[in-house]
Amino acid sequence: MSDDKVGSVLVVGGGISGMQSSLDLADSGFKVYLIDKLPSIGGVMSQLDKTFPTNDCAMCIMAPKLVGTGRHHNIDVISNTEIESIEGNAGNFNVKLVRRPRRINEEKCTGCGVCGGKCPVEAIDEYNWGLTRRGATFIRYPQSVPLKFMIDKEKCIGCGICQEECKAEAVEYDQEEQKFDLNVGSIILSPGYSMFDPSLKTEYGYGLYKNVVSSMEFERFLSATGPFAGTVMRPSDGDIPEKVAFLQCVGSRDSQAVSEYCSSVCCMFAMKEAIIAQEHSEGLKSHIFFMDLRAFGKEFDDYYTRAQDEHKIKFTRCRVAEVREVPETNNLIIKYVEDGEVKEEEFNMVVLSTGFRPPEKVKEFSKTLGIDLNKYDFCSTGVFSPLETSREGVYVSGVFNGPKDIPDTVAQASGAAAKASSIISTERGKMITPKEYPPERDVLGEEARIGVFICHCGINIGGVVNVPDVVEYAKSLPNVEHSEHNLYTCSEDTQKGIKEKIVEHNLNRVIVASCTPRTHEPLFRSTTKEGGLNPYLFEMANIRDQCSWVHMHDAENATKKAKDLVRMAVAKSRLLEPLYKLELKVFQKGLVIGGGLSGMTSALEMARQGFEVHLVERKKELGGNLRNIHHVLSEKGEDPQKMLNEIIEKVKNNDKIKLHLETTVKSIEGFMGNFTTKLSDDTEIEHGVVIVATGGQEYKPSEYLYGQDDRVLTQMDLEGKLAKDEIKPNSVIMIQCVGSRIEERPYCSRICCADAIKNALKIKEKNPDAQIIVLYKDIRSYGFREDYYREAADKGVRFIRYDDQNKPEVAKEGEDLVVTIRDPILGEQIAVKPEYVVLSAATLPQPDNEELAKMLKIPLSKDKFFLEAHMKLRPVDFATEGVFLCGLAHSPKFIDESISQACGAVSRACTILSDEIMELEPTISEVIDANCDGCAYCIDPCPFNALTLIEYMRNKNVKKTVERNEAACKGCGVCMATCPKKGIVVKGFKMEQLGAMVDAALEVA
Amino acid sequence: MKAFEPKIVGFLCNWCSYAGADLAGVSRFQYPSNIRIVRVMCSGRIDPLFVIEMFIQGADGVLIGGCHPGDCHYMEGNYHTERRVKMLKKVLEKSNLELERLGLEWIAASEGERFAETIKNFTEQIRSLGPNPVAGEKPDLQIMESLYAARNAVEDFRLRTLVGKELVLVEKENVYDEKISQEKIDELMENAISEELVRTRILLLAKEKPQSVKGLADKMKVPSREILKQIVTLRDRNLIRLEGIEGTTPLYVAQAQEVEA
Repeated sequence: MSDDKVGSVLVVGGGISGMQSSLDLADSGFKVYLIDKLPSIGGVMSQLDKTFPTNDCAMCIMAPKLVGTGRHHNIDVISNTEIESIEGNAGNFNVKLVRRPRRINEEKCTGCGVCGGKCPVEAIDEYNWGLTRRGATFIRYPQSVPLKFMIDKEKCIGCGICQEECKAEAVEYDQEEQKFDLNVGSIILSPGYSMFDPSLKTEYGYGLYKNVVSSMEFERFLSATGPFAGTVMRPSDGDIPEKVAFLQCVGSRDSQAVSEYCSSVCCMFAMKEAIIAQEHSEGLKSHIFFMDLRAFGKEFDDYYTRAQDEHKIKFTRCRVAEVREVPETNNLIIKYVEDGEVKEEEFNMVVLSTGFRPPEKVKEFSKTLGIDLNKYDFCSTGVFSPLETSREGVYVSGVFNGPKDIPDTVAQASGAAAKASSIISTERGKMITPKEYPPERDVLGEEARIGVFICHCGINIGGVVNVPDVVEYAKSLPNVEHSEHNLYTCSEDTQKGIKEKIVEHNLNRVIVASCTPRTHEPLFRSTTKEGGLNPYLFEMANIRDQCSWVHMHDAENATKKAKDLVRMAVAKSRLLEPLYKLELKVFQKGLVIGGGLSGMTSALEMARQGFEVHLVERKKELGGNLRNIHHVLSEKGEDPQKMLNEIIEKVKNNDKIKLHLETTVKSIEGFMGNFTTKLSDDTEIEHGVVIVATGGQEYKPSEYLYGQDDRVLTQMDLEGKLAKDEIKPNSVIMIQCVGSRIEERPYCSRICCADAIKNALKIKEKNPDAQIIVLYKDIRSYGFREDYYREAADKGVRFIRYDDQNKPEVAKEGEDLVVTIRDPILGEQIAVKPEYVVLSAATLPQPDNEELAKMLKIPLSKDKFFLEAHMKLRPVDFATEGVFLCGLAHSPKFIDESISQACGAVSRACTILSDEIMELEPTISEVIDANCDGCAYCIDPCPFNALTLIEYMRNKNVKKTVERNEAACKGCGVCMATCPKKGIVVKGFKMEQLGAMVDAALEVA
Repeated sequence: MKAFEPKIVGFLCNWCSYAGADLAGVSRFQYPSNIRIVRVMCSGRIDPLFVIEMFIQGADGVLIGGCHPGDCHYMEGNYHTERRVKMLKKVLEKSNLELERLGLEWIAASEGERFAETIKNFTEQIRSLGPNPVAGEKPDLQIMESLYAARNAVEDFRLRTLVGKELVLVEKENVYDEKISQEKIDELMENAISEELVRTRILLLAKEKPQSVKGLADKMKVPSREILKQIVTLRDRNLIRLEGIEGTTPLYVAQAQEVEA
């Protein structure tokens, strides 16, 4: 059977999810076909302005993944493509696909954009939600990957102008729909979602009132690349609004809108949009109308607090019944209820926080793929199989697998990659084709012989800069042996030409003056290498983005500047040295710390990937917190204890997993690929990666008589007693946020709302007449968990809100427990005597996290959970390479989320483990021992902990010096700028290299 | 007061209508003296810019004469003329200048008498319209402004290429071997003309001093939402920029006229 397996994966949908899955797989030795039905990848994230909770620019953090995906030699990005049918089984699928014609030859198109600029048709630009126009010949957005134009046949009138204009002769009107087959081992679905159509909620007047917009439109208003260049304006008249209202749950938590689930992210993005809008326009005031504020993610409640305290955003808890327009001003009047009073308020603009819907045509899609959908037409998955569709070998990630934010999506995308590759792990490396290069010519000691290739970029550069003139100028510079101009330097034929010229003129330096090194340096380096030279003997001058595009109307100075930039590049290139990628031997084994669900899942997944793994658990038994979970909220009714026992059996019986029970980690030395760990029993392990899965624990409350009265329980206590049938309560009061969302512990513990609902339903199942009251601050039953909230309410569970000023009180009167609460509607104190009081206690970080953090040189968040490398896009990575994170050690989360993250951590780890040799970029720092006097000023500023002070004996004296860890250093150069002795340099950006450029820049031409 | 004598400019194609005029001369057919004739080799050569420019300069009427359909010396020049005049009429209509001031006539080399008749009728037609509202000492500034806008609009590549390609797209076939319906082209053209006019008017107004969306909407009698849309496009093309914000109202100025690269 294994003979039939195929070492490639089909990823469906190129949003942030599909890109992450593809990158992980491709970096782990699998061939990836990434299809997207649109002409470019990037998904919805490409349309976002900023991202919560860090307010990072979405495009800035996403662009490296976009470019990385587009350029990866193991990833084929296939745009405009959809699946027609799938045959075969897990490990070996035959997929039939159909590709819409782009009508522009992708091989030839250079993305210069002349065609789009000359198209006489103006069409609505979907990317900006119809707020701007584009030609019928277009790209979705400026950073599109692939950067290839497309003709929109619907809008095109066939005038032929683009063909006349295209210098690359890329326009092919006669391209037709293309059908083709792919043979893949597994499939990942990440088709994303569609937005709820807010015009269906007629009471809000979307589509009727000009100044009522959707949150995605508003996102584009905020964006610097949006229609208003970042200044928020009213669509009716372009005025800057002073008062903006945000209406939550539009098309979410709404039975009329057939979206009864919660879309999970709208509370956060509304706050983000409100904050950013206020930052963009001074004096703008935002007012958010919401039902429950669901800031349940890591550090989200902090964001909520900042929104209120720092940004003074007003929050009103109510569902707005109606929006009316004032016809004269196009202002909007919102009618709402606050403190029992009906109020009316006028706003300049209203933003509807529209929820997530399943992707368009989801029914056909699921039929084609043979997968089941849930009742809301999202992909059906299980609590213990959160990444698996109903068809074996087909996995799912992102919003199609339930509404979720970007970090959860990214973790899931990595997790799906682990799942998709583990079933074909025997085929690792078989489908990828390593590139063959000719042997490198030794240029040591040769005087520089420079070739300068100057690009017209169609008319993009040549239309402004006098390129032939720059060529003549380049020829006049010392050491330049050859210079020429090319219509497109990046085209196939020019690449060939460069290689020939290297040989013909015996060149030992190559310079391309064209566009930006950020996108094109890898290509030209590769060409240089193919020409028999070390790829680091290449330098680039950016005469498009820095000359022709920005001095369009000043040809003379643009040309002059282009010459200066070429001269600077020539000056630097003379001093370039060959650099060699560092090769790192990798111990292809893993260490997983923590034997709970996350740790066990990680260990099992890593073993399935074919790697040996050590699982260290401090307790006698595996299982962690899962030992205390007896039932879950799920349509499928999984039994957690049965699942736990199965998992434990699998772990114990897997010969690739070395189990270390009742053991802790004593020390960890080394770096990515090369760790040596000593355990408490003095076992020494060599391994390449670490996964931190140390979990968390339930808070033992000191409040509400806990520990003083046996009838006061935590949710975990209650769950245990219910499972063992020890109790059958008649009346229960549950108190939420015990130990969470308080001053000393401001974060939300995420799981307690659903846990309370789960246990309430369990009690109701045993005793339908039981009286249950849940005292809460916000019910955060996000996603499909909302169903159970509604179910509980339907079954008579009463939910009563309290706030920090009116916390419930628990006292004992004789033998009775008395809970005093303030009824928020009546405003009166009421006393209830329940049989049990159940506290939804916080989830705490492990108390010894700090120790491990020091050992691994990884940071903790201010809540003392482990802090990942980037909150948005690197949720399971640490800044310290080779160390990964999952489960409760990261932050409180549910079973399915822990499993996704655990698989995600394994996927990330496999990018390191997949090869016994790992290549590292050579442009990193290098210590010049002769200059270094060991002052150690460089050590603290290093963001990657890559430097250590060491001592050794030299001429019978102790010599202090700094040692650089080549696996940790990323080449930023902070050390170099700090060092007072020229004792450390960054290769490729040495002092004399940059100095030569500066001298050349200031020299009079 | 002197009676109104219209100033009329005629553009005649060399092969038919100019020859027709010659025949009128040879035959001594008399007609009013108001017209000044410019000879062009083909009516298809008449740049729409000329026509608008004539009206701005104060012409009371412009008459274009070409060969009868099917007779064009250059095969299909006059068909292009026909479509170009249609476009021009739409432009004039939106500039509030009387459409009747622009005439298009097919006159054959053998139609000397018809030529004289045509000139007579056209001159009378113009006479009854009265003077060009933008000519004279008190020009109608609103129309003048619109005509300036029209001049810029017909200078822009979008209208020129659309009208240039129209004949091929509708009568023959496009790059997909399909015909585009006249309705579709008309609609496209209609939109393009309206938009280009609005855009150029915005630019002209914003050249003098900073303008707000609402201010422009008032002056141009165009809904403010429409103005905003066009400003978005103009900003996208670097033709207008945000100058500053007055209260809550952004003000825009046109970018200094730049030399085409």
